[in-house]
Amino acid sequence: MKRIAVPLAAPALTGIFILAAWQIICASCHIPPYLFPSPAAIAASLAICWPSLLLALFSTLKVTLLAFALAVLFGTLIAFLFVQSRALEVSLLPYAIMLQVTPIAAVAPLIIILIKNLFWALTLCAAVIAVFPIISNTTIGLRSVDPGLLAYFRMNKASRLQILLRLRIPGAMPFFMAGLRISSGLSLIGAVVAEFVAGTGGNGAGLAYQILQASFQLDIPRMFAALALITLTGVAMAGLMALLSKSILKWHDAGDTK
Amino acid sequence: MDMTIDTTMGIATTTGAAVIETRGVAKNFGAARALAPVTLGIAQGEFCALIGPSGCGKSTLLKLIARLHQPTAGEIRWWGNDFSNVGRTGKQLAFVFQDPTLMPWADADTNVRLPLDLARVPLKDSIPRVRAALELVELAGRERAHPRELSGGMRMRVSIARALVTEPDLLLMDEPFGALDEFTRIRLDEEFSQLAFERQLTAMFVTHSIYEAVFLATRVVVMAANPGRIFAEYVIDEPLPRGAGFRDSTRFFAHCRELSALLNQACIASRSVS
Repeated sequence: MKRIAVPLAAPALTGIFILAAWQIICASCHIPPYLFPSPAAIAASLAICWPSLLLALFSTLKVTLLAFALAVLFGTLIAFLFVQSRALEVSLLPYAIMLQVTPIAAVAPLIIILIKNLFWALTLCAAVIAVFPIISNTTIGLRSVDPGLLAYFRMNKASRLQILLRLRIPGAMPFFMAGLRISSGLSLIGAVVAEFVAGTGGNGAGLAYQILQASFQLDIPRMFAALALITLTGVAMAGLMALLSKSILKWHDAGDTK
Repeated sequence: MDMTIDTTMGIATTTGAAVIETRGVAKNFGAARALAPVTLGIAQGEFCALIGPSGCGKSTLLKLIARLHQPTAGEIRWWGNDFSNVGRTGKQLAFVFQDPTLMPWADADTNVRLPLDLARVPLKDSIPRVRAALELVELAGRERAHPRELSGGMRMRVSIARALVTEPDLLLMDEPFGALDEFTRIRLDEEFSQLAFERQLTAMFVTHSIYEAVFLATRVVVMAANPGRIFAEYVIDEPLPRGAGFRDSTRFFAHCRELSALLNQACIASRSVS
């Protein structure tokens, strides 16, 4: 009980403390809500604007989750190809790194012009930055086999497939899960950045558009409300990945961490 | 060196059928000579210890026999055949590493079953064999435990169970208890002596401990370095299985003293030749 309660209660208490201090400072110093809104003002804005905010959240979430799924699928696939052949890795890795180091905000306009369907354009932008941690972590994981175990498998005349299924894949899981945790956060960041760059409204506009619109209208509390929803989504995804990691990596020391 | 006993006259040729024969087997790692030509025979039911200063090639010799390395020169015969025929003759070889080398993601049961799974033994045959092997190393009831939940000694016993589950005709061990504390090591040595006796195991193991060599082995091969070679052999003709009684006996200490003297000479010889 204590093991679950403490990691949840401690940050919750910190959060309550920060919110209370924030509220008290805003109220006692009479800071106007259009400069810096109090938590109460943000909550009120959330309560008023929730239908449009929730719709926007749903839209952003759709892009994020699809991008994440694509990143996992293609990232894993590419990692498997890299491990099969050094030549392939050597020839492709520089381009994977190029993709990683080029700021997504700089590439996004191009992608949005090239791909007509906005939803897929946004998804691709988010997937492009989410895929790299999966590629690199899974590749390292599949490569970092315990040499003793590998010798044991070879001595027992294990086939390549047996070595892959029984040794390389289970051994790569901690690395893969770490990649998953980074990538889940990056897919949300990618989705929001792409939405900012696209800047389009209308049906299916995401949370970034809500922020843009609120800033044009100087509706700062709504801006904070949208921001809070993005943050909560990110925290929820990180929590989900931590749970998944914990249930899969029971055997690993990293499975114990939060 | 006059001290070197001609190993072609070893027990292998005098009692029982030869399980392993190395004929002039040598190994170089690049320019370094790890092992000068070695000729050695291991007979059925023998328990052979390899001992010597570091760099004498004892681990290399064991790994050559396990086919974890390829010899630079010479020939090794397994039950009178070459290695590709070992499976066909129905003979089984098992290797125990210095570390337990278990799969950390798998429980004890799955770890012990690994060699059978790799050989595609059906589950209905492998499950009772795994259970028996775990009982043999006194780990019944810990089938579902993962390596991280087991102590160092228990992990090593899982590793030994994994070797025994294949019912090996030859067991090769590279300092199997080297990483364990003295107390656990003594207990495992005793358990192992009993087990080897019951199973009529033929085994070859590398050790750094004179006490362990005398306690377990029926024959000790003393090796020297620069280059790695067989320096002397020492037969320990004591009744099996051996227990705490033997460890406390004056004969045990007499053997230890003699082996220690041989080992000292081997160390000096390792320095003088280059």
